[in-house]
Amino acid sequence: MRAVFLAAACVCILCVAAICLFLLVNGLPAFGKIGPLKFLSGSVWRPGSGAYGIAPMILGSLYVTAGAIALGAPLGVLTGVYLARFCPRRARAAGRAAVNLLAGVPSVVYGFFGLVVLVPAASAVFGGSGKSMLTASVLLGLMILPTVISVTETSVRAVPEACYEGALALGATHERAVFFAVLPAARPGVTAGIALGVGRAIGEATAVVMVAGNQPVIPSGPLRGLRTLTANIVLEMGYAADLHRGALAATAVTLFVFTLAVNVLLALGRGKRPA
Amino acid sequence: MRMRPSLTGKSPPALGRRPLSLLLRLLVTAAAVVTALIVLFVAGYIVINGARRLRPSLFALKYTSENVSMTPAIIGTLAMTALALALAAPLGIFSAVYLAEYARRGSRLVKTMRLAAETLAGIPSIVYGLFGALLFNRLWGYSLLAGAATLAIMLLPLIMRTAEEALLAVPDMYREGGFGLGAGRLRVVFAITLPAAAPGILAGIILAVGRAVGETAALIFTSGTSPELPRSIFSSVRTLSVHMYALWNEGLYGDEAYATAFVLLVITAALNALSGIVSGRFRGGGDG
Repeated sequence: MRAVFLAAACVCILCVAAICLFLLVNGLPAFGKIGPLKFLSGSVWRPGSGAYGIAPMILGSLYVTAGAIALGAPLGVLTGVYLARFCPRRARAAGRAAVNLLAGVPSVVYGFFGLVVLVPAASAVFGGSGKSMLTASVLLGLMILPTVISVTETSVRAVPEACYEGALALGATHERAVFFAVLPAARPGVTAGIALGVGRAIGEATAVVMVAGNQPVIPSGPLRGLRTLTANIVLEMGYAADLHRGALAATAVTLFVFTLAVNVLLALGRGKRPA
Repeated sequence: MRMRPSLTGKSPPALGRRPLSLLLRLLVTAAAVVTALIVLFVAGYIVINGARRLRPSLFALKYTSENVSMTPAIIGTLAMTALALALAAPLGIFSAVYLAEYARRGSRLVKTMRLAAETLAGIPSIVYGLFGALLFNRLWGYSLLAGAATLAIMLLPLIMRTAEEALLAVPDMYREGGFGLGAGRLRVVFAITLPAAAPGILAGIILAVGRAVGETAALIFTSGTSPELPRSIFSSVRTLSVHMYALWNEGLYGDEAYATAFVLLVITAALNALSGIVSGRFRGGGDG
């Protein structure tokens, strides 16, 4: 039976290997045919006429992720600190349930919410169609909130009580003790939470496709529409063939490399402690 | 120096004379209020606008272009989730048993497994979708099976991690008791450790169900978007989330989409609550 358990445990290694293999086998030839530099830095994506440049999508993914973090991370960290240290005991369970609810909402429902609430609102305030970098960033910021909140709360609560009490004994107020003694001690955990948020934001496809406008051009401002790497695959995978299909696989390889980089940063931030 | 009554801290009367502390408290409270408003607004908007658009015809057994019924999609969701779990749950639980009960801690193989599981957990769902389209679709076409196989790989790390945590939380005393009575390792695993860890494992599986119900990007290109009732595991099928995406894709985001969003929200909220109850029982109502 030991062998059965071992075999089961090896399946996840096998899966990672298979995913890498299939992406590379399908993506690398396209990389080669288009030219790696031309593919990554080309700013025109027009599969019909053989132009495959994904620079607009790379920038698009980076922009919306940065926007999501700028909006979601401060709000999430502060709310996490509130739940861990400021919240009246009886309200905490309700707060946590609310955060879990937010975490459980399917991304297609978030996308729909963005489409019927955020897009018209943005259109009314700023004019235009409302489908823009800003709208996508707000929506993604909302979607990463639960991740950032719950990881922050857990790591703030994991800081030894002595840290807090020591600060109090030195005459700090409750607020100062939490922000200048406890929060710095919880920093690795908080960073990990934000990195998880980055991973979620950069990998989100469904919700972004519904609100970002999806023009494959480098956006000239936060109110312009853009297309992310994920959106590029979702939009065109249905009908792509041959080199076009290969180029989409190569897009997935690029996306995969980005998420791996986030994972590596996460592991480095966590130090050598096992998960 | 005054003593504080509790660690969550009532604000001392002198806060007004301590501007930084006051500012920090205002900031934290404001953040919590904003988050609470967001949750209320998102959930409230979908509930209020979705619930009043529900009508019996949306649950008719047959999908037609005049009556965009979601029943086939609900049945598709059930079938998809069940099949994906049937593939992922045994694998995940057995992996966890190996990691928690058999493997030497810190061996190279274990480290590789952890790394692989973490990598799997970090892969965006659309990359899974592409992988599934490239591998499983060539084997089985757009089908329930291709979708479920893709989904199973996505759920594997989640089930594995929660099951391992649950197994590791079982006190060694239990195992020693089993060994002391003369049971072998395998019998200890099946008769003692797994039953003791069952609530934790179950809570993880419920979370996995939530993930499966909410998934879109990994399924569009593997299970396809057929709105009909599936005949076998080789026929194309859509889940409720894919149904919603397909409605958007066809430009039909009227009543049907609102109603579907509401149904999805209710299902995921119910799964959340269920997972909370199960794992709460597991921890014995622990840390509050």
